[in-house]
Amino acid sequence: MKRQEWLGLMAKADANELMGCWATANLSPDYTELRPPEIGSVMVRGRMGGKGDAFNLGEMTVSRCSVQLSCGTVGHGYIRGRSKQAARHVALCDALLQTAEAPVVTNKILSVLAGKREATLAETARKAAATKVDFFTLVRGEN
Amino acid sequence: MYVAVKGGEHAIANAHQWLGEIRRGDTLFDALSLDQIREQLALSVARVMAEGSLYDPDLAALAIKQARGDLIEAIFLIRAYRTTLPRLGYALPVDTSSMRCIRRISATFKDIPGGQILGPTFDYTHRLLDFRLAADGEIGAASKAEALSEDVPHILELLNRDDLIQEEELTNAEPGDLTREPLALPASRAVRLQALARGDEGFLLGLGYSTQRGYARNHAFVGELRIGMVAVEIMIPELGFAIEIGEVEVTECETVNQFQGSKTEPPQFTRGYGLTFGQQERKTIAMALVDRALRWRELGEDDLGAAAQDEEFVLSHCDNIQATGFVEHIKLPHYVDFQSELELVRQMRRDAATRQRRQQDD
Repeated sequence: MKRQEWLGLMAKADANELMGCWATANLSPDYTELRPPEIGSVMVRGRMGGKGDAFNLGEMTVSRCSVQLSCGTVGHGYIRGRSKQAARHVALCDALLQTAEAPVVTNKILSVLAGKREATLAETARKAAATKVDFFTLVRGEN
Repeated sequence: MYVAVKGGEHAIANAHQWLGEIRRGDTLFDALSLDQIREQLALSVARVMAEGSLYDPDLAALAIKQARGDLIEAIFLIRAYRTTLPRLGYALPVDTSSMRCIRRISATFKDIPGGQILGPTFDYTHRLLDFRLAADGEIGAASKAEALSEDVPHILELLNRDDLIQEEELTNAEPGDLTREPLALPASRAVRLQALARGDEGFLLGLGYSTQRGYARNHAFVGELRIGMVAVEIMIPELGFAIEIGEVEVTECETVNQFQGSKTEPPQFTRGYGLTFGQQERKTIAMALVDRALRWRELGEDDLGAAAQDEEFVLSHCDNIQATGFVEHIKLPHYVDFQSELELVRQMRRDAATRQRRQQDD
């Protein structure tokens, strides 16, 4: 998994699930906060007609954090919503995934989150599919 | 003589205390949890997020609870909160063509790639009260079918392929931001869309309806309406690339309108566009109708004097927080202003009486 993908996966996960996974992984790395967790907003944008020039749609709450492990590796965490703790955990995972601890983070956190996400998406897709309209034409008898 | 008046602190404190008690309601019943509001009043939450212009379902649920279900008051709370947040940046525009749709319908084409997906809709219900809900009856789980693997492209692209619909401009212009600069007229379409996206549902509904009834000829079809989750990406300078930082639920509506053509344009279809946070199709359809009506100038149409075509009228009045602030403020103490008016009316009465006496004397 590439860095972009794991950051995206953790950002799209439920903050509580992420923190649950972190607890199970039992990791306690030494780190300093380069940027302590903070809550702010990001302006979400749309495109006119879904494809033209951009316009500002409205903001969303975002939490972010940057950490540095004692080995010097830097990690960044961004997540929708207001959870400083979750942002810190994303940053720590991001850093650890660049170190020898990567397999632990992958197995205990990323794969669990990926599995849950896949299941949720599949469930929604199956419900949506059940509401797909099957048109049929009524043939009028002419004889 | 100007007399400053103070007082009322005690009354205000007690009024707010009573508000707290009455908000809670009869303690015989359980207090509402934010989870219940977020999950079970999801469409109220969506409206508060869209018009509060801040996507955060938990905060919207809190605002609704605090406002006793008064959605405009809740929107006010969200708008006030959002001003306290540092702006971390602007996201890349969301890609609605890769939306994970829970609903996707077209009123213009029956057979469309990806199919007509009704999703969890009120459409085709009989609007009869369901007393099972009053009786706390559990409603069965949703049906499931095999997930569709087809892509779900934007329908209007089918018309675009045949060059039958006006193309959207792609100049990569930096859009104006109403939260940073005050509204200036004439406004760009980007600023208009931002104002409409956070505009009052009721106001836009009325205006949209007026276009259908003939105030500005604007006969629209819903080319496509879709609801679902889209990823929000932001460029991270420290990383040197963009990452997804979460997902938001949005409703998107594209209307298609017949256009007779003008001196410069051939007869073709034109577009109106609506996009809002959350599941809000009434608002989004109305937004698309009003967007289309406001585009008369750029499409070379006539100004028919309709309210929905009047950019200044629409943009100055669609914000329900500005509107409610000004409408409601007249209930607050205006003792001094009114005293002066009262004095003025008395003076005019005296003057009139004096004139009358003089006329009689003459």
